[in-house]
Amino acid sequence: MNRIQSKLQEDQKLLSIYFTAGYPNLGDTVQIIQDLEKNGVDLIEIGLPFSDPLADGPTIQASSTQALHNGMTTELLFNQLKDIRKTVSIPLIIMGYFNPVYQYGVEAFCKKCQEIGIDGLILPDLPLDVYLEDYEAIFKKYGLINVFLITPQTSEERIRLIDDASDGFIYMVSSASTTGAKEGFGEAQQSYFERIAAMKLKNPQIVGFGISNKATFDQATQRAKGAIIGSAFIKHLDQNGPKKIDGFVRGIR
Amino acid sequence: MSYHVNEKGYYGEFGGAFIPEMLYPNTEELRQNYLQIMAEPSFQEEFNQLLKDYVGRPTPLYFAERMSEKYQTKIYLKREDLNHTGAHKVNNTIGQILMAKKLGKNRIIAETGAGQHGVATATVCALMGIDCVVYMGEIDIARQAPNVARMKMLGAEVRPALSGSRTLKDATNEAIRDWINNPVDTHYIIGSVVGPHPYPDMVARFQSVISEEIKSQLLEKEGRENPDYVVACVGGGSNAAGAYYHFLDTPEVGIIAVEAAGKGIHSGESAATSALGKVGIIHGSKTLLMQTPDGQITEPYSISAGLDYPGVGPLHAHLFRSGRGEFISITDDEAMTAGLTLCQLEGIIPAIESSHGLAILEQRKFNPEDVVVMNLSGRGDKDLQNYIDYFKL
Ligand SMILES: Cc1ncc(COP(=O)(O)O)c(C=O)c1O
Repeated sequence: MNRIQSKLQEDQKLLSIYFTAGYPNLGDTVQIIQDLEKNGVDLIEIGLPFSDPLADGPTIQASSTQALHNGMTTELLFNQLKDIRKTVSIPLIIMGYFNPVYQYGVEAFCKKCQEIGIDGLILPDLPLDVYLEDYEAIFKKYGLINVFLITPQTSEERIRLIDDASDGFIYMVSSASTTGAKEGFGEAQQSYFERIAAMKLKNPQIVGFGISNKATFDQATQRAKGAIIGSAFIKHLDQNGPKKIDGFVRGIR
Repeated sequence: MSYHVNEKGYYGEFGGAFIPEMLYPNTEELRQNYLQIMAEPSFQEEFNQLLKDYVGRPTPLYFAERMSEKYQTKIYLKREDLNHTGAHKVNNTIGQILMAKKLGKNRIIAETGAGQHGVATATVCALMGIDCVVYMGEIDIARQAPNVARMKMLGAEVRPALSGSRTLKDATNEAIRDWINNPVDTHYIIGSVVGPHPYPDMVARFQSVISEEIKSQLLEKEGRENPDYVVACVGGGSNAAGAYYHFLDTPEVGIIAVEAAGKGIHSGESAATSALGKVGIIHGSKTLLMQTPDGQITEPYSISAGLDYPGVGPLHAHLFRSGRGEFISITDDEAMTAGLTLCQLEGIIPAIESSHGLAILEQRKFNPEDVVVMNLSGRGDKDLQNYIDYFKL
């Protein structure tokens, strides 16, 4: 069983943290991953920076620009991660945009992920139909779980298709928006969370976008299996450097 | 073989809709409806009426006698520069604003580089009384002050794109992000044949009026519908797509696409995508784009802001790869010189984008009896400061 799948079977609500590789400093990647695991984070999304991150708000955009400026590349990230499984055992997912993966070669990329011990990929701009037609077999060959997004606008019919194509979890985007902290979740989000829960999908859902603190984490995980914090953690890194990660995680739960 | 889009949204291997799930409902709504809406008689009628009475179509197909004499071939200029707002861009914005209305949208967003598409969008929004936000790179806002002022006078809000390289590609990213955040009430008017399917096809269809007119005008002047060559400059490729559209599947019509070489293809400051690009994904489309080996999109350069885009529409990537189109790149200097030549021989001040097309006459030889139609995509008013600086006028 893939590490993501085992983790999803544990009882607790899952806390997933996103950070951009190469930010704030080029060499921080491994340290940040180790600190997150040590402080009880369940799952980590390692952001592969991209020049044109369409689905991201200002915070993650700025971290990507900085990471690229620091010199982060796909090859360098793989190098930094090559021994990660000697010290880290929680599931690791690479999140990025499709073009850098495509340039590396999708198969070569997936193979490298397997060698390192990456468990899954989130590529928001790799659409469902293209994945199924061209890449599903490759992902499976290298034991990688592909994570799809759904949003409050995704039709029930399409959610079912996505559920069928998934074998890990579904990334539930909290509202119609790019990444970034919101003031909290209103009635529209609550009813969306409930609508999805009532669909009794085969894959558990993890909520992302707009989770920034304990209140939003608790709200999101009332129904869903877990929640993902991205921009709020990047802001923490921005203010503190790769330090005080224990305090940040403890503030959430 | 057809060079038009297939039912899955591809031109050969190029095109598709590589978009985050957040945009799926918006593009899907458009994909399911655009052909049907465009075919409605009421839509056709309103579109054609506005093109005629508001834009000033048909634009003339002008036989450029002195140019023809100089270059020893028959040169016709398709005068898109005579459109309202000064370029071909308005053909598309008229079509898309009517599309937005049919879809029940009440807010418009657009991206712009030089500001031509932004002005054309602000114009139709004013015409229809619809709210308009135009994203423009912070650097372009500084470079293109007159067009920023025009958009403001027309009632649009110009929002600076502060991310990345703060130019056209980033303005496009910002517009896409806005659409993600406003998926229900907003229509995104893309300014060229780029972006996810169905945009490249929809924009090409709105611009196809250019080649439709060329056919009937040429029949009148030359007794035949098909020229030997159609020449157009390619930024994203919308004026070119419109000029080629009705000739794509007519192999006896030669298609010539002219890209901006900037300071030279290998100078590191160029926008010649077919020469420098590799297959990848930009703004939701699989196409040729300029990028690092690592897949980061790079910043192009051209003296003409309208050609300063790191990708090219998927139709053009296909025309290039398949060999259907002949691709030529023209440097800043060659374009500026060609622009001045047109002024002096024909009394027409062209947009610098369009001058790139004219410049091939200095290097690409045609037969004396060839009929060569050059799409003069825009007028040079917006470029006056550039011409002043370049020629020290
Ligand atoms: C006059 C003119 N020609 C050409 C272009 C390039 O766009 P496209 O390649 O979509 O025709 C522009 C863009 O601003 C323009 O203003």
